[in-house]
Amino acid sequence: MNAALLAIIIIVVLVIVIALFIWGLYNSLVRSRMQVKESWSGIDVQLKRRSSLIPNLVETVKGYATHEREVFENVTKARAALMSAGDAKSAAEANNQLTGALKTLFAVAENYPQLKASENFMQLQKELSDIEAKIAFARQFYNSNVLSYNTKIQVFPNVLLARSFGFTQSEFFTATEEEKADVKVSFEKK
Amino acid sequence: MVLFVVFVAAVVELIALALGGGYIAGIIVLIFAGIFVTISYYSSSSMVLGISQAREVKHDENPDLYNVVENLCIGSGMPVPKIYIINDTAPNAFATGRDPQHATIAVTSGLLQKLDKLELEGVIAHELSHIKNYDIRLMTLVVVLVGLVALLADFMLRFTFFGSGRRPSNRGRGEGLGGALILIIALVAAILAPIAAQLIKLAISRGREYLADSSGALLTRYPEGLARALEKISADKEPLEVANKATEHLYITNPLKGHKSWANNLFSTHPPIDERIRRLRAM
Repeated sequence: MNAALLAIIIIVVLVIVIALFIWGLYNSLVRSRMQVKESWSGIDVQLKRRSSLIPNLVETVKGYATHEREVFENVTKARAALMSAGDAKSAAEANNQLTGALKTLFAVAENYPQLKASENFMQLQKELSDIEAKIAFARQFYNSNVLSYNTKIQVFPNVLLARSFGFTQSEFFTATEEEKADVKVSFEKK
Repeated sequence: MVLFVVFVAAVVELIALALGGGYIAGIIVLIFAGIFVTISYYSSSSMVLGISQAREVKHDENPDLYNVVENLCIGSGMPVPKIYIINDTAPNAFATGRDPQHATIAVTSGLLQKLDKLELEGVIAHELSHIKNYDIRLMTLVVVLVGLVALLADFMLRFTFFGSGRRPSNRGRGEGLGGALILIIALVAAILAPIAAQLIKLAISRGREYLADSSGALLTRYPEGLARALEKISADKEPLEVANKATEHLYITNPLKGHKSWANNLFSTHPPIDERIRRLRAM
């Protein structure tokens, strides 16, 4: 009689402890996933700002450098890809493509002294480089959130439950090799 | 921190008891202390900024500074604090406020002139870490409570010297001895409490500086920037005119450049700069 009661109490306590653990785990996973989403919107805002500057930039450059059609096309194409990108991975790819296209555009601009001296162009260039810095910082924040979220759903025992609750890994927002090299160079210069 | 609040409450209570007023006076003193703490807590950041003669800057007035702050905020996922500039050629900076939503970061114009962008980023990241780690709230509370203890202790000392002479005669015989004992304890407490409170403030402050250094470096991913900034700031011999004993612990490095001695080390609000730089370089 007493032993049975004890067994029941132990089982009840165990069930409660496990239920509490699952409850806590679920909430913390939801919280982490929201943080990833929230920090993604931080990147997204900057990507949108960047792509909204492009038409203006292209128009400005066109005014001086009329014969560089290919360059303009590449930039416009990359912008369209960026605007239609749905997830982190494709957005990162499109953004890297746009970075490359802009690099050629600015290289071309070097050949047009009048364009380089134009106030509008300098303003746009400054704004773009500011946005690029912001993207880099937003990426740092996003990636650190993704790292902690992905770790949380993969460690034991969370891994046993995360999948069945529908928590899947998030993608990192990665920079191109070129961009990483750029950062290194700019450090050495300073 | 909780211990500290209990400690302050106990000192308040003891002082009230010693003043001969029993529990009712104690409660009254506690209520007044509570009002004092609440008001100071909510107005301390504007008081500090007022004392330091800081002036708010918007994005268009100084876009470079604003962008550095904004970018680092994006990197750590916190709201952009208000930015103030102190018109002083001594390079220094501090953060104040209650939480990341009500935070302010202040830099001197000397800091903006003397540091390059990477060094400025290091300093700003250090200050933002103070905000993110809620050090600003902690320091605000500590300052308010230390101020309260000092105020009450001062009050108590004056009261005992000038007002207590005739009190024992008004009382019964048995109470006289107990009252005198409490009086002595309270007197000792009144002398020791400000010193103890001060030491607690220093200990909290120094530990927090190392923490902010390392979390700042994590944010910029470039500890060398802050290390170089600290070198520059400490090499600068100019004292900050608007800083005083009450606000010194807020700054990134001690703004009152005193002579060095072991006592200075014990009572310093900041860990030695060399040690901070060494730890940053070791990252």
